[in-house]
Amino acid sequence: MNDDLTKLTLIGTLEALEKNEFSKEELNHAYLGRIKELNPKLNTFLNVQESSNGIPAAIKDIICTQNIVTTAGSKILSNFLPPYNATVVEKLLSQGISVIGKTNLDEFAMGSSGENSAYGATKNPWDLEKVPGGSSSGSAAAVAADLCTFALGTDTGGSIRQPASLCGVVGLKPSYGRVSRYGSIAMASSLDQVGPITKSVADARQVLEWISGPDGYDSNCVQNGFTIKDLRFKNNLNGLRVGMPKEYFGKGLDSGVEKVIREAIKKLEDLGAEIIEVSLPHTEYAVAVYYIIMSSEVSSNLARFDGIRFGSGREDFGAEAKRRIMLGTFALSTGYYDDYFAKAAKVRTLIKQDFEEAFEKCDVIVGPVSPTVAWNLGEKTADPLTMYLSDAYTIPASLAGIPGLSVPCGFSDGLPVGLQILGKYMDEETILNVGEVYEQNTECHLRKPNIEGLEGVGGLGNE
Amino acid sequence: MSKYEPVMGLEVHVELNTKSKMFCRCSADYFGEKPNTHTCPVCLGLPGALPYINEKAIEGCMKIGLALGCKVAEVSRFERKNYFYPDLAKGYQISQYRWPLCVRGEMEVVGLEGKRRIRINRAHQEEDTGKLSHIGGVTLIDFNRSGVPLVEIVTEPDFTDTAQVRDYAKKLQQLFRYLGVSNADMERGDMRLEANISVRPVGQKELPPYRVELKNINSFRFMVAAIEYEIKRQIEALERGEKLTQETRGWNEEKKETYLQRSKEEAHDYRYFPEPDLPELRISESEIQRIRESAPELPWKKETRFMSEYGLSESNAKILSESKEMAEFFESSVEDGRKLGVGPRQIANYIINQKPDISVKVAEKIKVMDVGVIGDIGELGRIAEEVISENPDLVESYKKGKVTVIQALVGAAMRKTGGKVDAGKVREILEGKLG
Repeated sequence: MNDDLTKLTLIGTLEALEKNEFSKEELNHAYLGRIKELNPKLNTFLNVQESSNGIPAAIKDIICTQNIVTTAGSKILSNFLPPYNATVVEKLLSQGISVIGKTNLDEFAMGSSGENSAYGATKNPWDLEKVPGGSSSGSAAAVAADLCTFALGTDTGGSIRQPASLCGVVGLKPSYGRVSRYGSIAMASSLDQVGPITKSVADARQVLEWISGPDGYDSNCVQNGFTIKDLRFKNNLNGLRVGMPKEYFGKGLDSGVEKVIREAIKKLEDLGAEIIEVSLPHTEYAVAVYYIIMSSEVSSNLARFDGIRFGSGREDFGAEAKRRIMLGTFALSTGYYDDYFAKAAKVRTLIKQDFEEAFEKCDVIVGPVSPTVAWNLGEKTADPLTMYLSDAYTIPASLAGIPGLSVPCGFSDGLPVGLQILGKYMDEETILNVGEVYEQNTECHLRKPNIEGLEGVGGLGNE
Repeated sequence: MSKYEPVMGLEVHVELNTKSKMFCRCSADYFGEKPNTHTCPVCLGLPGALPYINEKAIEGCMKIGLALGCKVAEVSRFERKNYFYPDLAKGYQISQYRWPLCVRGEMEVVGLEGKRRIRINRAHQEEDTGKLSHIGGVTLIDFNRSGVPLVEIVTEPDFTDTAQVRDYAKKLQQLFRYLGVSNADMERGDMRLEANISVRPVGQKELPPYRVELKNINSFRFMVAAIEYEIKRQIEALERGEKLTQETRGWNEEKKETYLQRSKEEAHDYRYFPEPDLPELRISESEIQRIRESAPELPWKKETRFMSEYGLSESNAKILSESKEMAEFFESSVEDGRKLGVGPRQIANYIINQKPDISVKVAEKIKVMDVGVIGDIGELGRIAEEVISENPDLVESYKKGKVTVIQALVGAAMRKTGGKVDAGKVREILEGKLG
């Protein structure tokens, strides 16, 4: 019984509660029991809330929760008790959602593996020796392991989509400005977006409706919230034009992953979509542009962590945070600004234009989320550049501010692979619609990891 | 005559008197309040907090810019000015740099050699910092001021003497009050001055290769003293063959000298970049028009109009346009006077000499004085008789041919009636009776 409750999607849970099939107490009890059992193996939660009267959601620990410690995965904020809730948290609370716990992440959301957390790495529920992806590592792993009905993550360069892909769950990065960032501790302000990580595409659509909408605390948040409308595509994708960027199928893409992605695209075609090859010619510059703009904003955003008003001192920053502060400080310095920041900003505009031109020919763009499946813990920690390149397919959409969805589409070497569906600016509706039709006509999302049967590497991997 | 001439520019910061702060909903009226009671996650720079633009502040900045003849940029941007200081909550100040809100204005000032036009480079919007107090070996921070809207007005290096600088600063202060955008109180720190000073050989056209920034000067008098000291110091240094460099200096009022605060090597690299938390500011032509139309008549325009329209002297016109309240009082009195047959110059003199409270109906007062004379000739005659009988000595002198004593008799009549008689008419009557 308990296990069955935790396997329900958010929509399934809402329906069951509506029908009084079980109470919210039973629901919370089931999830808390499972967390107690599995969190020691996975290290997904940094803290767990013993509440019992809401629909339990896991919140990435970079999103401020009033009077619940919010660490951003950093030692600096180990005792930080926010005096306020992030707008997204307020919006969820008003829908009867409760915070079941705060999830582990790379420090200040900087990382692609979860290993940059000051509180130890999160483990991938499909294989405890693998990374879950990052930076929303705990959120993706918690959803994959059925430790919550859904989770919130944040995505700056792929931090929702990539761990969702590596953990075999649905992850949506909304368009920049769709969801308020107020209360989400900033990494790179022009890129950060809060979004859902869920067990189904319909769940993601529901959560987006809840958390989007205008906010008098985020000037970049648009007036129009996302509302659920009649779906254009029901059981097929007749009339849909799917763009396949050739730049996303080149060097660096693992052959096993490529095979799964091409099969998924074939499936879209079988469902009636027209597949069109498109080009995003500036893709090769995206990682470089991202690391200049992102780190520049990081160097400024992390300046407030001076240990005066809250938190501990700067000596408690982790290595990756320090690396990015230095990179960004350099890129903004007199004499370098024009060659680095200003040039990167120009190329960012070109990347945006790439998408605009491609979207004249197609409705959505599809490709891999990650060039590989989950890799071994520790495999890339010594080489930051290799780690950075693992985000090559998610970064361009972040720079362009367009929405992106990761949908489970198969397995390679027994590990999940996610299909990335990118949409036009503010057109989450179409990518969710396409994702859902795909989901309903495939079976891979039904597979669940067998965590109870996995042998962990032991301990929490605290550094 | 000196071989060197000063080249000076001024940066003026003014705190706007908006209800709430620049980027949050906290009250901006912090003066004298208990420390750290006007704060929130935004102005404390807490993790996750974001700025949200206060449109009233932007309006205030535009009012100032337009009054200075600036062009309001259709598109402007906020940028981050990055530096560490304990009073700077976020580790950066949200300011404007490459794309200021108001650009290219000018103001006419009066200096030692007459009038001069000072070009305004910009009037931009930014936010204030918190305030540090050093007490008994510890430093306390009050964030009540953090995030209060601040407008910075920067001139080109067009000043050539300190009288111009003083006139400019005074006029700006008057302008802020006229526009109602700030109390512009120097002592409270509503208005702060920074001067950039350098000197060059007379005749040289290029700007000097250095400039000294004078900071933290909190009165007009100190500023003038500091600038004069600085000009002298720099000329002496150049004459000794020294090479001057970029530096920031403060003013020591006790020693009456400037002192080095920061040398070129210690100068900050502020790493300005566009504030990613805020969208571009786009101001429509109709919005600019609306603000332009809502603007009051500026003091210097009022002054010239008072001279041409009411025939006031320059000094009277200046006094009556000193503050908006004073000017409004004067003009509403003139309006009253029009119906009562009391002229503007009479009103101007009365206001300047009697300094009545603004609740006083000046025109009626003057009229009442007139009424005593015109309305009752018989009464005037009686007053004249009384004066004559009470001042036999004067009457005798007059009759002996010393006609100037008539003034003393008129004065006596004035005293007797509390000034309610028309001097000309009383004189006429007295002359008639004594003739």
